[in-house]
Amino acid sequence: MIKIANVSKHYGDFKVLTDCTTRVSKGEVIVVCGPSGSGKSTLIKCVNGLEPFQSGEIIVDGTSVGDPKTNLSKLRARVGMVFQNFELFPHMSITENLAIAQTKVLKRGKDEAMDKGLKLLDRVGLKAHAHKFPGQLSGGQQQRVAIARALAMDPICMLFDEPTSALDPEMVNEVLDVMTELAQEGMTMMCVTHEMGFAKRVAHRVIFMDQGRIVEDDKKDVFFSNPRSERAQQFLAKILHH
Amino acid sequence: MYEFDWSSIPGALPFLWDGMKISLVITAQAVLVGIVWGTALAMMRLSSVKALSWFAAGYVNLFRAVPLVMVLLWFFLIVPRFVETLLDFPPGTDLRLSSAMMGFALFEAAYYSEIIRAGIQSVPKGQVAAASALGMTYAQGMRLVVLPQAFRNMVPLLLTQAIILFQDTSLVYVSALADFFGAAYKVGDRDGRLVEMLLFAGAVYFVICFSASQLVKRLQKKYHPA
Repeated sequence: MIKIANVSKHYGDFKVLTDCTTRVSKGEVIVVCGPSGSGKSTLIKCVNGLEPFQSGEIIVDGTSVGDPKTNLSKLRARVGMVFQNFELFPHMSITENLAIAQTKVLKRGKDEAMDKGLKLLDRVGLKAHAHKFPGQLSGGQQQRVAIARALAMDPICMLFDEPTSALDPEMVNEVLDVMTELAQEGMTMMCVTHEMGFAKRVAHRVIFMDQGRIVEDDKKDVFFSNPRSERAQQFLAKILHH
Repeated sequence: MYEFDWSSIPGALPFLWDGMKISLVITAQAVLVGIVWGTALAMMRLSSVKALSWFAAGYVNLFRAVPLVMVLLWFFLIVPRFVETLLDFPPGTDLRLSSAMMGFALFEAAYYSEIIRAGIQSVPKGQVAAASALGMTYAQGMRLVVLPQAFRNMVPLLLTQAIILFQDTSLVYVSALADFFGAAYKVGDRDGRLVEMLLFAGAVYFVICFSASQLVKRLQKKYHPA
């Protein structure tokens, strides 16, 4: 589904990503973790071409992301993405947020888009808020709407870029629950997150990054029971004790 | 001691009103064209295509570095010649209004584009990313996501600029076009009551602009309570 091969990226002399290689198969849930500044957000943004990269290759469902001939908009319409800061469109109601890309990008009819949006809104437990505006919802609610908005496009896979980092602690779980449900339904997911509980529960593999490199890429059990690199051991020791 | 004599004002009101209409028409179309062309310039300026961004930067810097009166005179003196030869108008067609409108619109676009550019930049980058991630093209993201938010943030500044523009329309007097100010000047000159007429005109400008700016302030409070 997603193949990342020898991807490197730099801003001038500063290397953000160095020779990253991994793959995500259909139905797989991958958690990407690592200290801040390790390049994990950049890596996930390369997958749908939001961040360009200088060398290497990323193939999503047979389409090369880095190829200048690729129609990136078309590809992105099939890859769902959820952001740290939700990024709902504040000038549109919740239903408009859910429908806009369906009608303008997928050219669905208004009623169809509305139906689909409401169904997904119901699924994330927010049907009662359909006519509100993003500013009237809590962070956790906004993030659930953002997930519904991405799902409305019938994505072939979902990218999560630190979806719970901007949330108050008591709202983290409502978002993780939605993500867990998605994972259990077989959605292909690549999640940048520090939520190790989530990783233990649903991830198939865990990727650990440090200084722009993929340091560990292991089955979940291996990663949590005996990580190979010292850096990952330190990282786990630090975050698991709290 | 100078004795004020306001008696020539009531009779001149219809003529002054005609002048006011010209001022308002120039303002309205300069605001409209200025915003449309200004938006285009702002997007060029922010474009990653170097040629476009240089062109827009050059345009804006040129118009912001010359006095408005001079631009108006250029358009008043040069443009009619062009139009006459290009569109085969009979010489002597009165193109003062059109050339004034064109001059204002092109000049104001430079100012509007800076306001609009700041407005576009005030929209968080994540919004563009979210639009792109949903499969929107750059143009769709701009039209559906960025510009609506940018304009909402900009309304007070755009209106304030419109008020300044309304005052600046008085400069068309250099082309002897009878806008409100020009009309007042003509009447005052004719009746030998220039001081009264200019005081009266000043009062009218003040009332209009002051109430408009109070309105803008109220709008601003409503939308940005902080």
